[in-house]
Amino acid sequence: MRRALWLILLLAMAASAQQARRSGFDDMSPSTQAMQRDDAQNPAMLWAQDGAALWARAPSPSAQACAGCHGDASVSMRGVATRYPAYDEALARPVDLAMRINRCRETRQGATPFAPDSQELLALESHVALQSRGLPIEPPADVRLLPWRERGEGLYRARIGQLNLSCAQCHDERAGLRLGGGLIPQGHANGYPLYRLEWQGVGSLLRRIRNCMTGVRAQPLAAESPEFTALALYLAWRDRGMPMESPAVRP
Amino acid sequence: MARTLITVPSTAKRGEVIELRTLIAHPMETGFRPGADGLLLPRNLITRFSCRYNGELVFSADLHAAMAANPYIAFFTTATESGTLSFSWEGDHGFAQTETVSLSVT
Repeated sequence: MRRALWLILLLAMAASAQQARRSGFDDMSPSTQAMQRDDAQNPAMLWAQDGAALWARAPSPSAQACAGCHGDASVSMRGVATRYPAYDEALARPVDLAMRINRCRETRQGATPFAPDSQELLALESHVALQSRGLPIEPPADVRLLPWRERGEGLYRARIGQLNLSCAQCHDERAGLRLGGGLIPQGHANGYPLYRLEWQGVGSLLRRIRNCMTGVRAQPLAAESPEFTALALYLAWRDRGMPMESPAVRP
Repeated sequence: MARTLITVPSTAKRGEVIELRTLIAHPMETGFRPGADGLLLPRNLITRFSCRYNGELVFSADLHAAMAANPYIAFFTTATESGTLSFSWEGDHGFAQTETVSLSVT
């Protein structure tokens, strides 16, 4: 009888351990955590600072700066990053924050869009995402996003590449275990764009996912591809309620 | 111009020990790493950092290839009088940057 109770308790603990969401921040070394906590130490703030300059600068004399329409980003962009990817009426598909910035740049500023993962785009994205730091991730309750999110979940659970692994097999089933010397995180996308020590620079969720995909020897997703947006949508839904850490630091 | 983040208290009491923190955007390329084309990337390092307080050298450091990109340097000095703190970074290919911050001492 007592043994059965213990077993139930153990099973309950295992289940709750699986449900408890841990941000990548919780598993970092204290020194890396200190780096993220302190804006004077966080190198991603260099990108955010660059983004603030880009926000205020008009791309051409005839066009308006971001600040011309949106004003002070700390007011107008507060909480915006928590709701992306969101549905775009004109494109009739969901767009992530980087795509939204580029569409705005194309249509309202008449400028050429930034290349995916370019320093300028990462800087603007960091500046916008910084305004939502500490706010919970709130994916929009838009029914048009539902099929996309389901598609994203399908991609998350599909085995890919020569190693034949799915995202879920590592980040759901084996999170907390080790892959070589490194801890497998739960894979919450709550700090992008973020400064990765391995990259020695700021990178996007796209870069991180492409990294993982080449790791399992799969064909990496292209920027702005529907598959990537679907996956990002599912990840945002998976992380709902978690506080944004952008621009975060990760090892 | 490289981007920098300098954190210095704007005011301090005379005799107070203050912490000065600096961060600069720099690749700190070692010269040992191959690029995407397989050729070695040329060395591009910050080799020296110095801080002057009203012209007087209060801190300096030599930087080498094992240091990470975007070096963060924090150090302490004693606030003696109001004036300017100038931070300079020098490196390969004639890289030189100086930033000044004013400090008022009461």
